[in-house]
Amino acid sequence: MTIKSAILGSGNIGTDLMYKLLDGPEALELALVAGIDPASEGLARARSLGLNTSDRGIDAVLEDPSIELVFDATSAKAHVRHARLLREAGKIAIDLTPAARGPYVVPPVNLGQHQDAPNVNLITCGGQATIPLVAAVSRETPVRYAEIVSTIASRSAGPGTRQNIDEFTFTTARGLESLGGAQQAKAIIILNPADPPILMRNTVYVVPAGDFDQRAVCESVERMVAEVQSYVPGYRLTSPPVFDMRDTPWGERPVVVMLLEVTGAGHYLPAYAGNLDIMTAAARRVGELLAQARLAERSV
Amino acid sequence: MKPPRITDTTLRDGSHPMRHQYTGEQVRAIVGALDEAGVPVIEVTHGDGLAGSSLQYGFSRQNELDLIAIARETARQAKIAALLLPGVGTRQELKAAAERGVQIVRVATQCTEADISEQHFGLAKEMGLETVGFLMMSHMRPPEFLAEQALLMEGYGADCVYVVDSAGALLPEGAAARVRALKAALTRAQVGFHAHNNLGLGIGNTLAALEAGADQIDGTLRGLGAGAGNAATELLAAVLDRMGLNPGLNVFSLMDAAEYIVAPIMPFQPLPDRDGITIGYAGVYSTFLLHAKRAGERFGVDPRDILMELGRRQAVAGQEDWILDVALDLSRK
Repeated sequence: MTIKSAILGSGNIGTDLMYKLLDGPEALELALVAGIDPASEGLARARSLGLNTSDRGIDAVLEDPSIELVFDATSAKAHVRHARLLREAGKIAIDLTPAARGPYVVPPVNLGQHQDAPNVNLITCGGQATIPLVAAVSRETPVRYAEIVSTIASRSAGPGTRQNIDEFTFTTARGLESLGGAQQAKAIIILNPADPPILMRNTVYVVPAGDFDQRAVCESVERMVAEVQSYVPGYRLTSPPVFDMRDTPWGERPVVVMLLEVTGAGHYLPAYAGNLDIMTAAARRVGELLAQARLAERSV
Repeated sequence: MKPPRITDTTLRDGSHPMRHQYTGEQVRAIVGALDEAGVPVIEVTHGDGLAGSSLQYGFSRQNELDLIAIARETARQAKIAALLLPGVGTRQELKAAAERGVQIVRVATQCTEADISEQHFGLAKEMGLETVGFLMMSHMRPPEFLAEQALLMEGYGADCVYVVDSAGALLPEGAAARVRALKAALTRAQVGFHAHNNLGLGIGNTLAALEAGADQIDGTLRGLGAGAGNAATELLAAVLDRMGLNPGLNVFSLMDAAEYIVAPIMPFQPLPDRDGITIGYAGVYSTFLLHAKRAGERFGVDPRDILMELGRRQAVAGQEDWILDVALDLSRK
């Protein structure tokens, strides 16, 4: 048995996700790729793969009652409308835009808590990359402050990211607090135009609230990295966590510094676009788990 | 040539060598002296712009919004400016800064990424602020490319666009060519130039920019700024005066402010020493200086090797976190 799903949006993200869904989570069947531009490259590729496609966007999704789960890779503005329509139609929405209508989800951190949610949000690429590491520290010791710097290749930042760069910093920081467990957080994003393009790099700084066991933190981080690697194979720390004494508003404190690199799987977008890969990989993982949960409910 | 408008950024670019430890009292003294000496614009912000206070760049001793408010209540004729780097600061901090007295916002992006600044120019104009675009690390792209980016900023609402030599890597003809290209392309906005002295060309490049038509230029008292510092405001005043281009600055008052107010509080005099020259030579962001020295000490690596490697990796404005990464790599070799 499988759950039928649709991808809404045939841009970079939607198309990369299409390839990820094809190489098969068992519980999910990709029944439709819907865009709004009949000439889009994404829809052409979907057709050439023999997939069912439509250029009538959300309407095509709503007209098919057998579709139970919808990945929305359009825009925040469009998702606000889609979220309401999908909920009314009883379809689960996995939101890859920053609209945040539903709870934030990072698969290894809190997916278990939202298996019944009608709409879940995937925060930002920087959030998917860094929140697991902050959560790995905070499950060992309370975290006073977390700060992340995401550096992505200019070429991997589309117009949506560029026109809404403030939303990246707000949303990522909120995710670091609510899911990462930091009392306070800050996010910085940098676009690097180097040629050839750089891989996605993230620096994660964590200031624990009190004394802590460095070895326990390292072990927890290592376990978390392995969990993320199970669905994002290109996710790795370039070195073990560094413990660096820094001046902070809370005095001179040991800061955990983690240097993270994400290489994309190269499904549709090139390997440097690890930032987009981690979003689509997280979406696939969330879709798979929500579909399994729904099937399990049915078999009871 | 006509007399340029001078923006003094001792209280922003100088925040780097000050390790972001400016106090309210220091801000009051410096703004008071600059205002008295006829400087028309004074920039006050964390070195990395609004909300720059962080582990990545260094925490501020005092909230920058309080420092901005002090500057505004001290200045009698000068306008107060703040820097904002989209990706670091947001519209939220811009709004707060305007409420505390900022009249001009300078929105800074890597010189290839002007299109991340649209939201910020939009809000600034909505709030009635004067706006300046800052194309950072402008040595990394040719003049025609920069002109296209400047046009984007003009379209978003910039009243002036600066060629910013963040790495102090430009030579005089490169500075002039970039200013000329912007002057030729922009239809409404003015053109500015911001120098760093890493190759000893802070004043020279500024003069080349003026000859090429720059309307606005930056300085800092004693050259107190990132890397080997900036074009010194008091020196610019003396030189402009001798050129017959003094825009109303009191040369002696600025010399006194540099000597008796700023010099005594500086932790060191920025100058093109070994590491300073390396920054200009490698073409990396001037603020990397102190971070590279610190990482070099911590991991037993020559800061010059770190800086050269960052140049090779094409690091851009704000990438202080790569310093640790490079230092670790080099220490393993």
